[in-house]
Amino acid sequence: MGKRTVIPFGPQHPVLPEPIHLDLVLVDETVESAIPRIGYIHRGLEKLVEKKDFQQYTYVAERICGICSFMHGMGYCMAVESIFEADIPERAKFLRTIWAELSRLHSHLLWLGLMADAFGFESLFMQSWKLRELILDIFEETTGGRVIFSVCDIGGVRRDIDGATLNKIVNILTDMEKELREISHVFFNDHSVKLRTQGVGVLSKQAAFDLGAVGPMARASGIKLDMRCRGYAAYDRIKFKPIVETEGDSFARISVRIKELFQAISIIKQCVALIPEGDIKMKITGNPSGEHFTRLEQPRGEVVYYAKANGTKYLDRLRVRTPTFANVPALLETLKGCALADVPILILTIDPCISCTER
Amino acid sequence: MEMEQQTVRMISPQDLLADTLRLKNGGYRLVAISCTNKDGMELSYSFDKNYELLTLRFVLTEEEQEVESISVIYPYSFLYENEIKELFGVRIKDIAIDFEDSLYQIPVKTPFGRKEGDD
Repeated sequence: MGKRTVIPFGPQHPVLPEPIHLDLVLVDETVESAIPRIGYIHRGLEKLVEKKDFQQYTYVAERICGICSFMHGMGYCMAVESIFEADIPERAKFLRTIWAELSRLHSHLLWLGLMADAFGFESLFMQSWKLRELILDIFEETTGGRVIFSVCDIGGVRRDIDGATLNKIVNILTDMEKELREISHVFFNDHSVKLRTQGVGVLSKQAAFDLGAVGPMARASGIKLDMRCRGYAAYDRIKFKPIVETEGDSFARISVRIKELFQAISIIKQCVALIPEGDIKMKITGNPSGEHFTRLEQPRGEVVYYAKANGTKYLDRLRVRTPTFANVPALLETLKGCALADVPILILTIDPCISCTER
Repeated sequence: MEMEQQTVRMISPQDLLADTLRLKNGGYRLVAISCTNKDGMELSYSFDKNYELLTLRFVLTEEEQEVESISVIYPYSFLYENEIKELFGVRIKDIAIDFEDSLYQIPVKTPFGRKEGDD
């Protein structure tokens, strides 16, 4: 029997962009179990729905997270629109899909950079974030913002993207694809990356299901779960298949996200080819009454918005269940039996977003 | 507009474990547990199978604000249950990992269980 030690990991750690604390129970240098502790950035944003009316709350929803800001706004708007039984204009659906996939590109590139940084691959980190800058530039040109966009609104979107800009976006993404292939080559083939990730932190398909994993975490373990398959926004007119790997290890999770980068580019190109002319917003009057659960596929996985309205301008309840919240139990499972040195990499492979988790 | 089928089934708190077990055996995934503080604590347990959402729901009155944890069936429900316990003040018994109201470590006790005007 080795020596048992409890090591506090976090809330501040070089690999953690946001604070989370884990008590790691070790036997020698092997993790026996991990106990999470959150609460460092809980803002009570769900409670704010009692003070901000349902229109104003769109701006609050966007601020749940600085990476998935657009998708939070979109999910909230979709939940309220569903209560109104409003079918928003087709062009707005395509624009939302384009911005959502750009958000996926931005999020996955940010994550790839952090992952490279955790390996000590500084150049790869900078290459990944250089490409991410291109996406942020597109956001700035099309929405006026790089982090918070405020383009999503109940009933559609506030801004249109003209044809010339859409073509420019396609050209930027086509050029980006070439550079992405070079970066991916390193992630897929580098000896050190493989050593640090292959066979490490394995989450079996059954364990992923039993622990409620979502997003790339679930898909890397062989679960074909992707909310975009439900066909919300313009996804019902786009050709795509969920990216699924079967190994369930850290390498598989990297692989899923890298392949989703190329998939996101393909989806955006399809949207540009298919986007119809027309209105970008419909007028919605009155106050919502009823309830609805809306689910989207954020970069980290399934997110749930539950909105309950009472016919006044203030909602009774808004509940947001974010993907990182759902993936914490799966993370704890992958940590069991791993070496202490692998803990930072394993935490990163779920792409944790603590702002989302705590709201 | 979304076309998802959403079913909300009202149950009694006493049937929660049995109904949850049936869903688990039927291959359902627990998606979320939500609580709404309106005329009592309304608890909604949402499950998914093949992208269809099924929600089990009941309302706890002031007197009976205690419910069994479903972590014996879905172990990962512990986070949802700790959150509801700490933010809303719903008493949930036998949670697999009970943080004893310190998941979020907030200074205000059960903030979501309070209404405007409460002390």
